[in-house]
Amino acid sequence: MATSVLSDAILVKNYVSGDEGALAALIERHQAKIYNFIYSKIQDRDLSDDIFQDTFIKVIKTLKTKSYNEEGKFLPWVMRIAHNLVVDYFRKTKKMPMQRDSGEYSVFSFLFESSPNIESQMITEQVELDLTRLIDELPDDQKEVLMMRIYQDMSFKEISDLTGVSINTALGRMRYALMNLRKVIEKNQIILTN
Amino acid sequence: MAKLYSKKKLATSKMLPKKETISFILNYSKALRITKVGSLSFESIAN
Repeated sequence: MATSVLSDAILVKNYVSGDEGALAALIERHQAKIYNFIYSKIQDRDLSDDIFQDTFIKVIKTLKTKSYNEEGKFLPWVMRIAHNLVVDYFRKTKKMPMQRDSGEYSVFSFLFESSPNIESQMITEQVELDLTRLIDELPDDQKEVLMMRIYQDMSFKEISDLTGVSINTALGRMRYALMNLRKVIEKNQIILTN
Repeated sequence: MAKLYSKKKLATSKMLPKKETISFILNYSKALRITKVGSLSFESIAN
């Protein structure tokens, strides 16, 4: 059976039994979510790669010592490890996480797929930039939920598992984030369309 | 439902770890052997 259709639980089981290909399949399946989660906090590609690597080293060690209990929550478990390593990083450097919208690895460096029309591309970039600035103004708890939901495409269940708040709280924070954004947009008469 | 002003995943579609990072992880996994003796566990890395 192709590894792409096997569930995480089966792949984890196969890996623990010695199938190295199962780990490759798990990484292939979840790398984008995990890496984007780390990058959204760290905002540095090299450091994000280091933390991504450390995350999987922990995963590998835990799986190889057979101390992982499979409960169908492989991704939330790996995300929790990544989250803890991100916290460790900030604790070590005593830096507060900051969302940057400039620099070599700005999110706007990755907008290669917009339409070939340069004008609409510039407008799109401007809209994204405006939106990033608006999101930056949100309280941290609301910003965190909004970024996870919209930019990392996580479900409210996953957000709830990762942040340690109930699903209702996460939903509430998302609602307030959108309300606050709308309020600022209306107040400043910002146009976010192209 | 509130209108969202950004396209899903637009800003993150190209964000993947480097191939070298993935390759390191897979090689590390192949090389790592953990032996448990009682309550102790020993790690060894094969070259």
